[in-house]
Amino acid sequence: MTNKLEFDKPINELEMKIKELQDFAEEKDINLDDEIKVLKERLYSFKKETYENLLPWQKAQVARYVERPSTRDYINLIFKDFIELHGDRCYGDDKAIIGGIALLDKRPVTVVGHQKGKDIKENVSYNFGMPHPEGYRKALRLMLQAEKFKRPVICFVDTPGAFPGIGAEERGQGEAIARNLMEMSRLKTPVLVIISGEGGSGEALALAVGDKIFMLEHAIYSVISPEGCASILWKDSSRAMEAASLLKLTAEDLLGFGVIDEILQEPLGGAHREPQEMAAKIKEVLIKCLAELEDTPVNELVKGRYEKFRKMGSYSIFEEGQLEILPRDK
Amino acid sequence: MWGAGVLFRDFFRKTKYAILDTPGRLQSREQDVSIRCEECGELILLKDIEKNFKVCSKCGYHLKMTAQERLNVLLDRGSFEEYDKNLETVDVLKFPGYHEKLEASREVTGLREAVVTGKGEIEGNTVIICIMDPRFISASMGSVVGEKITRALEKAEEKKTPIIIFSASGGARMQEGMLSLMQMAKTSAAAARLNEDGVLYISVLTNPTTGGVTASFASLGDVIIAEPGALIGFAGPRVIEQTIRQKLPSGFQRAEFLLQHGLIDLIVERKDLRKVLSRMLVLHKKS
Repeated sequence: MTNKLEFDKPINELEMKIKELQDFAEEKDINLDDEIKVLKERLYSFKKETYENLLPWQKAQVARYVERPSTRDYINLIFKDFIELHGDRCYGDDKAIIGGIALLDKRPVTVVGHQKGKDIKENVSYNFGMPHPEGYRKALRLMLQAEKFKRPVICFVDTPGAFPGIGAEERGQGEAIARNLMEMSRLKTPVLVIISGEGGSGEALALAVGDKIFMLEHAIYSVISPEGCASILWKDSSRAMEAASLLKLTAEDLLGFGVIDEILQEPLGGAHREPQEMAAKIKEVLIKCLAELEDTPVNELVKGRYEKFRKMGSYSIFEEGQLEILPRDK
Repeated sequence: MWGAGVLFRDFFRKTKYAILDTPGRLQSREQDVSIRCEECGELILLKDIEKNFKVCSKCGYHLKMTAQERLNVLLDRGSFEEYDKNLETVDVLKFPGYHEKLEASREVTGLREAVVTGKGEIEGNTVIICIMDPRFISASMGSVVGEKITRALEKAEEKKTPIIIFSASGGARMQEGMLSLMQMAKTSAAAARLNEDGVLYISVLTNPTTGGVTASFASLGDVIIAEPGALIGFAGPRVIEQTIRQKLPSGFQRAEFLLQHGLIDLIVERKDLRKVLSRMLVLHKKS
């Protein structure tokens, strides 16, 4: 059994008890329906209370939870006939980002996303979803290919951040991310983004410049990890919980800032409890959104995307001559 | 090391340099007339270092320059016209200590934010210019920095005027949360538009350029120039060292390392920068 989420434990225990009771009832052929019903009601209110009141730090834990569906899980559940394509044609194939072509309903699309592993072995292979430059370059190659064949691009974002290493710097991590931001902003095909897990800083953004940004209810999207923020602020990464609240990294916060367009509600108790249900919802939203964008001329689409990111930011404008009274004395 | 006469004269120049440079930081009299090179430890007279573009005469180390100093040595005298002076930073997350940090940076630098943008001339060639000042919260990119750079890029596109951006930055400004991160997308999108319109963008990387600025507009120039020895990278060297638990090779992430790995076009010493930029502008003039 993997490490369970601390606040999830009572829910898990109750789930197990219900399962035991169901098995027992079946085995011994006794009718325990009433008892099970009571427990299920109890479970429902338990989940509801916990998951509707998650603190930002708890959301970060849900978003990073190893049993949370990964990009590959969503690809398998949402799309048909997925063919994975590899490599950046330049240096290598980064497994921290996967991508390829698949059918969404009946429509060919290009899918790319960060890939995290479910166990140590997988995580070593996927480098914990932390891409190197070749990962971003592979993603960009696939997106340009999508543009050529007029396929929409669908991105899943789930990364703790880029890998800070010597090779990554030698091969231009910064340039690779910058190039993606630039090219995605002008890609002449619809780009839909789903922040499905952990949106770790610029490395997440490098797959998240799109026409519509969807974010799962318990996903996070942040300029810096709560741990990183805490160690800068207080030289103490164990205060990540406080930092998580400061950073405004929840879907609700980001909807308010205009950073994302829509929150996708998760099944009660989080996407990891009902991956199928979550996937079905994402599929429905993607199909609907692509249908809406279908009639938009591609130039309008690109212009709209530019305007969307152009507006992001918060500043005020003071009048000329007012300069002297603003500083210091406030 | 030097005669009393030199010292005496320098005392009279004191005020001039103190104002130009970093008021508040200079304390003792020795520091009023000289500074120590951060690299080799040599004591250099302020008047010499000013004349030498703030480059150490002994080891060639390029000391950090303020935005004002760069404008002074780069542009034709009196040609600078500042843009968007009136954008004011908002502490949108009510982040602890941010307000105080802003106030302190404003006081030390006399600037409102970490980048100065405007129009000027280099040997008679009109350019739009952005200069980041590393003294202002490590020239991190918040909403105002992103907005000013985006506006400058848009202006370059609109007027079909070449743009030069001097980067120096610690990256995204954590205190502004995700809105800060989004400036990477915003500035990069604006840079993309220059490509379509055939407008020249020269990116000059100065010490240090890291994080979200490296991963956005700073890496997107048609020509990327770096100053000698400048630290340029995405992840900071300390983070890398802690992650991989090995000592980093000497010269790692310095301008020369980037040149060797094909990530920048050229390294130009500060004293030659104005000439090289001017030549580059002439070469891109439409006939």
